[in-house]
Amino acid sequence: MLRLPAFELARPQTVEEAVALVAEHGEAAAVLGGGTDLLPNMKHGLVTPRVVVSLASIPELDALAVAEDGTLVIGATCPLAVLASDERVVAGWPALAQAAGLVASPQLRNSGTLGGNVMLDTRCRWINQTHFWRKSLGFCLKKDGSECHVVAGGSRCVAAASNDSAPALMSLGAVGVFAGPGGRRELPLESLWTTDGIRNKRTDPGELLVEVRVPATADGHRGAYGKLRDRGSIDFPLLGCAVRLELDETGAVGGADVVLVALQARPARLRRCGEQLGGTTPGKADFTAAAAAVAEAARRQARPLANVPGDPDYRHAMVPVLVRRTLEAAGGGGGPVHPL
Amino acid sequence: MSARDVHGVEPPWGDAFSVIGKPHRKVDGLAKATGQALYADDLTLPGMLHAKTLRSPHAHARIVSVDTSRAEALEGVHGVITGADLPTPYGVIPWTPDEHALAVDRVRFVGDEVAAVAAVDEDTALAALELIDVTYEPLHAFLDPHEAAERGEPAIHPARKKGNVSKHVELEFGDVEAALADADVVVEGDYFFHGTTHAPIEPHCALARYSADGLLTVWSSTQITHYVHRTLSAVLGLPAPRIRVVQPCLGGAFGGKSDPFSFELCAAKLAMLTGRPVKMLWTREEVFYAHRGRHPMHMHYRTGADASGRLRGVDARILIDGGAYSSFGLVTTYYSGQLLTGPYDFPSYRFDSTRVFTNKPPCGPKRGHGSVQPRFAFEVQLDELAERVGLDGIEIRRVNFQGSDTATVNGQRITSNGFAECLDAVERASGWKDRHGKLPLGRGLGVAGSMYITGTNYPVYPNEMPQAGIQLKVDRSGLVTCFTGGNDIGQGSNSVVAYLVAEELGMDHRDVRVVAADTDLCPVDLGAYSSRVTFMVGNAAIDAARKLRGAIVGAVAGEWAVPAERVRMVGGAVLDLGDPERALTTAEAFQLAEARLDTLGSTGSYNTPPLGGDYRGGSIGASPAYSFTAHVVEAEVDVETGRITVSDAWIAHDCGRALNPMLVAGQMEGSAYMGMAEALLEHHEVNRFGLHAGPSLLDYRIPTSVDTPELHALIVESLDPEGPYGAKEAGEGPLHPAIPAISNAVFDAVGIRLRHLPFTPAKVLAALAERAPSAAGSGS
Ligand SMILES: Cc1cc2nc3c(=O)[nH]c(=O)nc-3n(C[C@H](O)[C@H](O)[C@H](O)COP(=O)(O)OP(=O)(O)OC[C@H]3O[C@@H](n4cnc5c(N)ncnc54)[C@H](O)[C@@H]3O)c2cc1C
Ligand code: SF4
Repeated sequence: MLRLPAFELARPQTVEEAVALVAEHGEAAAVLGGGTDLLPNMKHGLVTPRVVVSLASIPELDALAVAEDGTLVIGATCPLAVLASDERVVAGWPALAQAAGLVASPQLRNSGTLGGNVMLDTRCRWINQTHFWRKSLGFCLKKDGSECHVVAGGSRCVAAASNDSAPALMSLGAVGVFAGPGGRRELPLESLWTTDGIRNKRTDPGELLVEVRVPATADGHRGAYGKLRDRGSIDFPLLGCAVRLELDETGAVGGADVVLVALQARPARLRRCGEQLGGTTPGKADFTAAAAAVAEAARRQARPLANVPGDPDYRHAMVPVLVRRTLEAAGGGGGPVHPL
Repeated sequence: MSARDVHGVEPPWGDAFSVIGKPHRKVDGLAKATGQALYADDLTLPGMLHAKTLRSPHAHARIVSVDTSRAEALEGVHGVITGADLPTPYGVIPWTPDEHALAVDRVRFVGDEVAAVAAVDEDTALAALELIDVTYEPLHAFLDPHEAAERGEPAIHPARKKGNVSKHVELEFGDVEAALADADVVVEGDYFFHGTTHAPIEPHCALARYSADGLLTVWSSTQITHYVHRTLSAVLGLPAPRIRVVQPCLGGAFGGKSDPFSFELCAAKLAMLTGRPVKMLWTREEVFYAHRGRHPMHMHYRTGADASGRLRGVDARILIDGGAYSSFGLVTTYYSGQLLTGPYDFPSYRFDSTRVFTNKPPCGPKRGHGSVQPRFAFEVQLDELAERVGLDGIEIRRVNFQGSDTATVNGQRITSNGFAECLDAVERASGWKDRHGKLPLGRGLGVAGSMYITGTNYPVYPNEMPQAGIQLKVDRSGLVTCFTGGNDIGQGSNSVVAYLVAEELGMDHRDVRVVAADTDLCPVDLGAYSSRVTFMVGNAAIDAARKLRGAIVGAVAGEWAVPAERVRMVGGAVLDLGDPERALTTAEAFQLAEARLDTLGSTGSYNTPPLGGDYRGGSIGASPAYSFTAHVVEAEVDVETGRITVSDAWIAHDCGRALNPMLVAGQMEGSAYMGMAEALLEHHEVNRFGLHAGPSLLDYRIPTSVDTPELHALIVESLDPEGPYGAKEAGEGPLHPAIPAISNAVFDAVGIRLRHLPFTPAKVLAALAERAPSAAGSGS
């Protein structure tokens, strides 16, 4: 077995204690949710914390509640399995429930938390490997090296955001509540992720995600998640697609949003899909035609790279198929689209 | 072969079997399910050290220097060894000893072993590896087998003086060119089999102890204890009687634990140097580097037939990518041609197979060794031929069926052959007649057939001794203990021994214990490969049990003063057939016999009859019996995504007598699963740096339960005259047709021929796109 390097485990009882511990140890600290990403990365030598600050003993953090105004409030350590099967989430925020339910495998969803999924590190076939393996090819830009193996001569890391919940949360206008030494602040997740594959988050490493707030949805809300991967379980997305539709009283599309993941470091929102879909009615020919047009636009906008495993040309060919099928699923009140 | 080797297909006591043919659970089933079973890594000894291996970061390089002084100086380090400490080359095939426990002057793939450290714990050993200074001079790395075939310099094994060719075999039976010239139809094509690996759940592990009086004991996760024993002796320079090799419970092997490996030799050497027990456990990544998996093969086939679909000639040219070492490669090269000549009659046949070295993890034997790849190519080509002559896929296989009690074109003896029944079974169960060619677009059925060996009479190293030996010991309590060199690797061979001995002695099989794969305690068996254990160890077990039964029956008959024919052992008792009042328990009979005769026990063995064609290599692939299989699979193709989904696989397998139908069905299902995995998902891929593309169970995509189709095991029992009660094999044969049957089903579904593995969605889309213009052109 790969060895987990030695570290000190801290088990703070409150968010403030946790923030203080992270501030005290700075770069030597790492935050532990379920550990399903942090621990493999430690085994691979990608992160080398001296102190691991576990959030497991902070009782308030695993709450899952619907506030009076209808906002869904998800504590950072709420397990993905709980989120995926909660009836309120399934009914009111279907794309999120579906995305959470397609992360990894059943065991990993029991341990893995929503906070860890939001804060997941970017992934690349050249980086998520052992130290020996990475050393054999001279490392890469993201850690210990100076070259990128995806983009020859590239000076930026283009490792991919691979968290299934990210596009769903973005499409739903979710906001993260972060706690740092200076107190708490809200940040729309929309602007959390950046295009830098080395660290694709705009927050300070000393800030903890405390909860995620997802605005209430209306009766006409429809959502779905679609995921391309090789197997029916376990695998990270080779492409992910979250769809949001808001239907008016006549059943026509009033607003729409489509967000893709597993392309580059930042989940990508499709441009102008609201305009194309607006006024069409799911189940009718105009919606089908508009979905096909959005899919074609997605094909032009998205450019999969050889960062995550698999053939990037094939992933590119699947962009329009995934977008169209996920739109159809959302329109019909169905989903998830998996296997594609 | 002598009388001791053949025991007939009938129940030993005349009428019905009492243990055989029933779905008993494995003797170690509950221990495994409850976590009580002890695997190599579960064993610990007082004072035990942990060892780790330094591996080459280069695909091909000369070692200029190795300096271990900094590692040796690290606190907690007890021993450091390099190639200089174990300079004797070895290899599982005695003719090709091209491996070293640790590289001597050259590394040949990324992951090749360079040095090993024993320390107080794994972390210290790993830290010490970082302190070993190795200077390499990189050499040109061969990643493409075609290049290796054409270019001999730099030679990966300079001592062999044959460029980079590892083995070349060319054999012709009959006049193939004339047959093809005469044929009404000839189909010609290129086929490619990618590499795949075994991926057993248990990573390789060894624990070695060197006692004060100079006895070396090695517990190893091996599937061939005997060859590890021989290799340890040769490489360590220790007399074999001073070495004991034990195989603990094994967590899967599939051929990947057949070679003697560096971890066994290094753990042993380090134990000898340090005087302390040493354990070496590989990581998953290291298992991928050790590999010995399925060889990639580039295959060109030409098959000719007459207008009625009867085969006239088959011509094969195969380039085999061997990776860095020979391993079993000599046998692989022969198997790539020798094992294709059934279940169909080939009037003429030629194969020209070349195995080359490349700077990649070494290939070796994986379930269906050397024959899964050619079988894929041929069974797809046979379907193409069927299409050309206007025959149904099942019909063309019936037309060419070779029958039983016959000989193949390359001189192999065929005895029992239930292939025709296999075809009938899959045809019926799949609803083939009503559904093949008639399902909606995107859904199809495909068929394929195969044959496989049940062990061979090639004993790897030349010797006249039996291939399998067994010893039975009787306890007064009513217990019989069987000592067998056979390796139970999860296939259930220990269970089979218990069932056979219990049947012969009319006992409850739970009163038969099996001690296996311990060189101090057990007579030699050549190990778990080539599907030989049930057949060979099984025959040896019957041989030994019959001798013991004769002694016990004789003693009881003497005591009762009745003829021996009147004494019957059944249901845990010994009865007098002439007097229903007279009976003994098994234990009483044992005690009586021990009192009248001597301490009770017996030995038994098995050896193959003379077999094989009268030409060089004619005995490689010569088996005392062959198993036969037919598959029909149902597949769905999403023409937009290219994804193939197999919904059902009907697997009919002629295993001879099913000694335990539950174990047979398990092997059939596991085989079909593994074949499907290789067809659709798994790929042992080496990237442009010569590095394994993803040596982990995340990146190497093994199908999960949700990716697995419904598997329908249809057991066909053609009783083999030489098998134990007529049994043959079930562990490897049933894998073969899985892969071509999927390709053939895809053709039925969407009209494309997949000739290159793996069948990724991208390849499906490309083939669909290629077909589209011609389909449009034909006006359909
Ligand atoms: C085999 C395998 C397959 C997987 N497949 C998928 C997949 O298909 N889709 C997918 O999205 N993920 C997948 N994952 C990744 C992972 O399991 C999930 O993303 C999971 O949600 C991570 O949550 P966690 O609580 O375990 O995170 P952790 O491992 O605990 O943390 C992940 C990262 O977030 C940081 N972090 C955690 N909590 C906080 C917080 N509250 N505030 C600030 N930083 C925090 C950690 O420091 C770490 O950097 C897979 C993992 C494995 C091992
Ligand atoms: S994209 Fe991949 S290879 Fe390139 S720098 Fe980032 S992690 Fe490394």
